[in-house]
Amino acid sequence: MTTTESGTVAPGDVAAETEPEASPLVVRDLTAAYRGEPVLRCVNLALPEGRLIGLIGPNGAGKSTLLKAVLGLVPVLSGEVLVFGMPYRKRRRLVGYVPQRESVDWDFPTDALDVVVMGLYGRLGWFRRPGKKEREIAMECLEKVGMAAYADRQIGQLSGGQQQRVFLARALAQDARLYLMDEPFAGVDAATEKAIVGLLGELKSRGKTVVVVHHDLSTVRDYFDWVVLLNREVVAAGPTDEVFRPELLQRTYGGRLAVFRENGAPTRAEG
Amino acid sequence: MPLSDVWSDPNVRWVLLGCMLLGLSGGVIGSFTYIRRQSLTGDVLAHAALPGVCLAYMAIGAKSVWAFVVGAALAGWAAVLCVGLLVRRSRLKADTALAAALSVFFAFGVVLLTFIQRGEGGNVSGLDAFLFGQAATMTAGDVRAMATLSAVVLAAGVLFFKEFKLTGFDPEFARSIGFSAGRIDALLMSLVVVTVVAGIQAVGVVLMSAFLIAPAVAARCWTERFGRMVALAGVFGAVSGWAGGYAGTFSHQLPTGALAVLAASALFVLSLLFSPRCGLLARAVRRFVQRRMTRAEFRRAAVGVKKP
Repeated sequence: MTTTESGTVAPGDVAAETEPEASPLVVRDLTAAYRGEPVLRCVNLALPEGRLIGLIGPNGAGKSTLLKAVLGLVPVLSGEVLVFGMPYRKRRRLVGYVPQRESVDWDFPTDALDVVVMGLYGRLGWFRRPGKKEREIAMECLEKVGMAAYADRQIGQLSGGQQQRVFLARALAQDARLYLMDEPFAGVDAATEKAIVGLLGELKSRGKTVVVVHHDLSTVRDYFDWVVLLNREVVAAGPTDEVFRPELLQRTYGGRLAVFRENGAPTRAEG
Repeated sequence: MPLSDVWSDPNVRWVLLGCMLLGLSGGVIGSFTYIRRQSLTGDVLAHAALPGVCLAYMAIGAKSVWAFVVGAALAGWAAVLCVGLLVRRSRLKADTALAAALSVFFAFGVVLLTFIQRGEGGNVSGLDAFLFGQAATMTAGDVRAMATLSAVVLAAGVLFFKEFKLTGFDPEFARSIGFSAGRIDALLMSLVVVTVVAGIQAVGVVLMSAFLIAPAVAARCWTERFGRMVALAGVFGAVSGWAGGYAGTFSHQLPTGALAVLAASALFVLSLLFSPRCGLLARAVRRFVQRRMTRAEFRRAAVGVKKP
């Protein structure tokens, strides 16, 4: 990877190597559309392994689209995406995905445990049914997010925070090396937020790479050690200390950012 | 025919078994479409099957289940394609586009059907049953074909149960782990077409679409587990199919399909009234209990205020 000594990767400065251990995620000249409209323009990115990475930008910046483009869920118009040096379809098993909570129908007739078992479907492949072993793994994952007591609860009866934890447990069940999480902190209670932060720390300590779409600028410094600033294109990417600075944020959010300084740190964004 | 004699007559026995199997597969496949909010698409496929089947008949000049499946599938595919085009190219919303495609294809089918019936051999073809169904006129061959198709549909439903559940709940996640939601969709729509063709003689296309919806909706009222819901919808469908087939044995004039759908609708109304989930009765009871409790609390509070 062509990085500076501090680990900063400038936009457009992209890894040339493709060996599997190079980078969990390399994006080259990516242009992607959402609902027929091109959203991302020439995105270049190379993420380091084993970090908690915040993906930050205003509404409509293409944060979700970037994750979906990586996962092959939206059409990629040009450019390429490499996951551990290979196209995504050859690396599915190494990637865990937490979609936005609103993206599914929570009235669906199923319980929390069943949703977590779905995280193991990829490993099972076509036709094979989940059995006792799969339910045990899913139960362990529910325990890790503090939801074991709700295993047989219909998912619609769970609170927003609890539903989010079920989604995280499903991602844990995937046992991936790279996690892509789309706004896991959106609309959750304080207890869930704390639980998620603890979980992210644990994933990091196990060497996992976690990319989190995040909105609350006041917590970025506390939660993430690496940050990607995105607005249709990558404004900056690198360690939080170097990249999470007022002038770069101003450039990311344009005129819509009202920065309230506390000890020189930006604390709030009005998107 | 009295209930006790039904099983002694081999013809009637086959017809009843066929209707039950049909209801079973209709309930199961209907659950899959209902849960992914594609009931209306199933409706369109059922109605679009009519012109497809008529064209298939005109092309080969005889009744053939396999030709019917191909015809219905092609017509259904064309209808879904039209819906997609309308949604993308016009300002119509999906439900309007679906309704439009449904009426146009069905009207075309009715015209073709009339044309066939006016022609040579139209009266002996038995195609007149295609609109509303008439189980009593079915031959042993018809029943066998119907049973085979239903069995195929059921087998596919069991085999792909996990995939249907996953793509129904979270299609994007499904795609991210390698289960193409598009392929599962196509498979499900094919199963709908096969189910409709299987039921065309006994129930008719118009009511086959109801058969794909009513048992599933009724079953959803009783359970929060997907597997149980699918099984229950199958049972509801089978019971309705049997009821329709049985009532049809009283007179050849009675349309089996309509009777079966009335039975399914009765089950749906009962579910709506008495089930714990969507039950109007259960809701009334809950409200009554709550009001009582609130009143008791008020009284207690009032007493508490007076005391000091």
